[in-house]
Amino acid sequence: MGKDNFPNVRMMQGNQACAEGALAAGCRFFAGYPITPSSEIAEHLSVALPRAGGKFIQMEDEIAAMGATIGASLTGLKSLTATSGPGFSLKQENIGYACMTEVPCVIINVMRGGPSTGMPTLPAQMDVQQARWGTHGDHSIIVLVAATAQDAYEQTIRAFNLAEKYMTPVILLLDEIVGHTTEKVVIPDASKIELIDRKKPDVPPEEYKPYAETEDLIPVLANFGTGYKYNVTGLCHNETGFPINDNAMIEKLIVRLTKKIVSNRDDIISNRTMSLDDAEIGIFAYGSVARSAQSAVTRCRAEGIKVGLLEPTVLWPFPKDEVLEMAKKVKAIIVPEMNLGQMAREVELASRCEAPILKLGRVDGNPILPDQIVKMVKEVV
Amino acid sequence: MIMERYEIRLSGSGGQGLILAGKILAEAAAIYEGRNAVQTQSYGPEARGGASKAEVVISDGEIDYPKAIELDLLLSLTQESCTKYFSDLKDGSILIVDSGLVKDLPEGDYRVYSAPITDIAVNKVGKAVVTNIVALGIVTRISGIVSEESMKKAILARVPKGTEELNMQAFDEGFKVGEELLG
Repeated sequence: MGKDNFPNVRMMQGNQACAEGALAAGCRFFAGYPITPSSEIAEHLSVALPRAGGKFIQMEDEIAAMGATIGASLTGLKSLTATSGPGFSLKQENIGYACMTEVPCVIINVMRGGPSTGMPTLPAQMDVQQARWGTHGDHSIIVLVAATAQDAYEQTIRAFNLAEKYMTPVILLLDEIVGHTTEKVVIPDASKIELIDRKKPDVPPEEYKPYAETEDLIPVLANFGTGYKYNVTGLCHNETGFPINDNAMIEKLIVRLTKKIVSNRDDIISNRTMSLDDAEIGIFAYGSVARSAQSAVTRCRAEGIKVGLLEPTVLWPFPKDEVLEMAKKVKAIIVPEMNLGQMAREVELASRCEAPILKLGRVDGNPILPDQIVKMVKEVV
Repeated sequence: MIMERYEIRLSGSGGQGLILAGKILAEAAAIYEGRNAVQTQSYGPEARGGASKAEVVISDGEIDYPKAIELDLLLSLTQESCTKYFSDLKDGSILIVDSGLVKDLPEGDYRVYSAPITDIAVNKVGKAVVTNIVALGIVTRISGIVSEESMKKAILARVPKGTEELNMQAFDEGFKVGEELLG
C-alpha cells in the first residue's frame, strides 16, 4: 500500500487492526477455526505470523484451537485465538481451563447475533455476559471492548499486556461493525509501544514451584522446555500444580483466582467520557454503539440538551464506581446496546437506584442509529 | 475549508467492484490527503448478485457513527440499487447513474448525472472489469471530494501489477466524462 504522504497511517479493517495489534504486542502463535465475522483476523495472521517467525495453525474446531492456544502459551509464546458467537461458546470449557491453570492468552470474539448460528453477518453485542460467565465455576476474567479500528489495534496490545501481567485469559470483544469497518489507523513507532512480559522464575528448577504463594497473588509460570518441570491441571491444585482435596487449600486457590483481578480493578478498568461533567442525562455505551452515542451527544448538546457519555473500554471488571458516580449526578441513564439489556442490568445494579436506567435494545441485526438515542433523550427531557 | 461529514454510497450489484472502489476512495482521502475516512459495506446474502453497496464517510473531524445516513452522493450502477437507495439522498446532493442500466430516474432535490458507465468500460477502455474505476473517475470529477492526483495514487496502490495502464485509462475516461457532464 502506498503511503508516501502520511507514512504512519494505514487504512485497515477492525479485524486486520486486531491482527496487526497482536503482532505489535509480540504475539507469535495463533490457533483458530475461521468463522464470520472474525475470519479476517485468522486470514491476515496466516500470512503475517509465519513471516514474523511465528506459527499459525488452523485446527479442526474451536475447542481444539483454544487448547492449542493454551499449550503454546505454556512454552512462553504470546498466543491468540479469534472466533465469533457459536465458536466462542465452544471455547468456554478451555477458557475455564486457562483461568484455572493461569495461562495467559487472548481470545478475540467478533460478536454476531445469536443464539446458536443466529446472524453470521449481522452485528450484535449479545456475548457480553457470556464473556464474563461463559465458563463454569467461580472465576474472574478481563474483558475489553473496541469501538474503532484504532481501538482494535490498541486494545489487542492491551489485552496481551493484561494477560501477561495477571496471568489470565483476556477476552477482547468487537462487534461486526467494528470488525468490518475500514478506517484510519495510526501505527505508533514500535519503540513507543509499552509491552509487558510474564514474570520469569528467579530460582533454579529444583526449587521451583509454579503456584507458590506470591505477594501480588500472581504465579510465576516457567516456559515449558526450559528445564523447569511442573504439572498443569484443571483440577484444584497445590503450589506444585498437582491435584488436591484439602478444603483450606481449595478455598485459598479459588479466592485468589478472583482476588488477583478484582484487587487490581483500578489498574485494569479504563473508560472514555464525553461531556459528562455537567450532564443531566447519562448514556452508557460500548463498542460501535458508543459511536452512535457520541453522535447523539454532539447533536443534543448543539440543541442545548445536557447529555454525557460514559464509554467503558473494559467491560469486566465492571466499572461500578464510575457508573454509581454518574448515576448520582444525572436524572436518568440510557443504555443503548445491540442486545436486550445485558449490560443495562449491570448498570442498574451499580447505580443503586440513584437514577432510573432506560434500556434501548436492538436485536434485528441493524446498528443502533444516533437518531434512536436522540429520540430517547428527548423523551426523558 | 473544514468539511464536516461527506457521505457517499456506491451501489450496484455484486461483482461490479464497488467495495474495492469504496476502499480506494477512502484510502485516497485518508492516506493521500490526511483526512478521516471510514468505509463500510453491506455484507451478507445480498452481496451475492443482489443489491450491493459500499459506503464512504469523509470528514476533517472525527467520524463517530461510521455508516452513511444522509447521502451527499449516490452512485447507482443498477436500477434496483437506485430505486432502493435514492430516498437516502439529502437535499442538493448528487446522484450519478449508469444511463444504460438505470432508466427510471427518481425525482427529487438533487442533481442527476447520467452516463453509460458500463458501456464506456466495455467499449472505450475495453474491459468490463474496470467499470468501477470509470465510475471513480466520474465521481472524482463531479464531487471534487478528493483530488485527481490522490485518486490516481490510491488506484495504483490497489490494482494488480500489470493493470496499471488499463486502470489509469479507465479513470481518465471517467474523469473526462465527468468534465463533460458538468458542462
